[in-house]
Amino acid sequence: MIVAGQKPLAEIKKMLGDAERILIVGCGTCVTVCFAGGTKEVAVLGSALRMSTQLDGNAKTIDELVVQRQCEWEYIDPLLPELDKYDAVLSLGCGVGVQALAERFPNKRVIPALNTAFMGMPTRDGNWEERCQACGNCVLDKTGGICPIARCSKQLLNGPCGGSQEGRCEIDPDVPCAWQQIWDRMNSLGLQEQLLAVEPPKDWSTSRDGGPRRIVRDDLQLPAEYRD
Amino acid sequence: MKIDGQNGCSNLERLIEAHEFVVTGELGPPKGWQRSDVERKVELLRGLVDAVNITDNQTAIVRMSSIAAGRVLVELGLEPIVQMTCRDRNRLSMQSELLGAAALGIRNVLCLSGDHQKFGNHPTAKNVFDLDSMQLIQMVTRMRSAGTFQCGEEIEGGGPPFWVGAAANPFGDPFEFRPQRLAKKVSAGANFIQTQLIYDLPRFKEFMKRVVDLGLHEKVAILAGVGPLKSSGMAKYMRDKVPGMIVDEYYISEMEKAVASIPKEDKKARNAAWKERGIQLCIEQIREIRQIPGIAGVHIMAVEWEAAIRPVVEGAGLLPRPVLS
Repeated sequence: MIVAGQKPLAEIKKMLGDAERILIVGCGTCVTVCFAGGTKEVAVLGSALRMSTQLDGNAKTIDELVVQRQCEWEYIDPLLPELDKYDAVLSLGCGVGVQALAERFPNKRVIPALNTAFMGMPTRDGNWEERCQACGNCVLDKTGGICPIARCSKQLLNGPCGGSQEGRCEIDPDVPCAWQQIWDRMNSLGLQEQLLAVEPPKDWSTSRDGGPRRIVRDDLQLPAEYRD
Repeated sequence: MKIDGQNGCSNLERLIEAHEFVVTGELGPPKGWQRSDVERKVELLRGLVDAVNITDNQTAIVRMSSIAAGRVLVELGLEPIVQMTCRDRNRLSMQSELLGAAALGIRNVLCLSGDHQKFGNHPTAKNVFDLDSMQLIQMVTRMRSAGTFQCGEEIEGGGPPFWVGAAANPFGDPFEFRPQRLAKKVSAGANFIQTQLIYDLPRFKEFMKRVVDLGLHEKVAILAGVGPLKSSGMAKYMRDKVPGMIVDEYYISEMEKAVASIPKEDKKARNAAWKERGIQLCIEQIREIRQIPGIAGVHIMAVEWEAAIRPVVEGAGLLPRPVLS
């Protein structure tokens, strides 16, 4: 899932500027699961903004709403008739959600309340870790299901750097060395021989380096003559 | 070496090919643009080492370019080993800089991953790591041998004549992987290897045993990394704070013993005693390392203490340095 964290209240207030009527829009998918932008977080942020702006002597109108998925037109289109009442939309969606709202509602200011952090998963209570960088050319078959691009601090493809010690990454003792994990896992699978071949330079053109990416599937599109 | 950049091959390469026990040193370029800072360090190393590593934004702190500082060495008649990390440049930049380095008379390149920028003075920088050190070795050796760029296109006028080095850390984990990773660097084309600073000889010997069992010492020249300790505090710092380093208790207790009878207030005497013992320990280490099968030379790292190189090299019986006709 996409993992995000909320921006500080002061930053959110600064971004809102002189907007008087604000609609907070949460998202019921990834950011609900990571406790950053679901119903509860929308309510808490709404209360905080109401109280804080009141204390500032400039109480603002803050309404709250959560859509099932902020990144799909069909879930956000129903918001359109409501939007006239507001000066700004404060999104508690990920960066995709914010941009979907901005794209659909060209005349409305859309402000991000979250920092979108990474694609990852909860590993224990209150902890989320990055797992995928969407490089567009998966190598997990070669690395025992542990991604060196997302999980090695230097994105090394040929084994650990000199800073790996006792299973820890050189950047931080709390960060596990992905290559220690890969080595251990390939050993337990009896596949360590596979790590001995030199992995050639990666083709990064499928990653962000190739420019903004898109997937087009002809089999899922209506033939041109039937499109609206 | 001719400084027009058109002729000459690596002196280090020729010495290794001649089976001389080679000695390399290290020079950190200044955190500024003053050429005199490089020149001053050159004089401390001249005649004592066969070639000198020029670090590349070491510990991710911005310093004078390793290629530019390397050129200063070429002009002064001391052979540089230019370090190149994968942290700061992509494959386009690396290759273009390497062509420039060859034109400037640089013949040795040491291929490294590079310390993470988190440690340095620009921790908010974006890192690159388009290639890793293994792929960099492969790219440089192909540039030289096949005369092609990484993309496969031909290099005009043929490949640059680099002698290609790589690093190995016998003290990093997983230990089982380390000799194998060295084997990968050899198959990627590395000509010589410089190891991390050795302060754990039993582990280094075990590493070398495995390296020799794999026959790697016959394919690549392995230079053991050594360096004089400056104080017991430095030894403890390296033990506790430097990732990928092991410092055996022996070195810490020897350094502590060196100042045991000197009052704490007498800092001058303590420093002198520490330095003397540090140099002795380094000499002792070199003597022991020379006995280890598969070692082709030593790489002496005296961080901001270039003046220690002479007593170390002299004490270890490595002077005068051989000169090939």
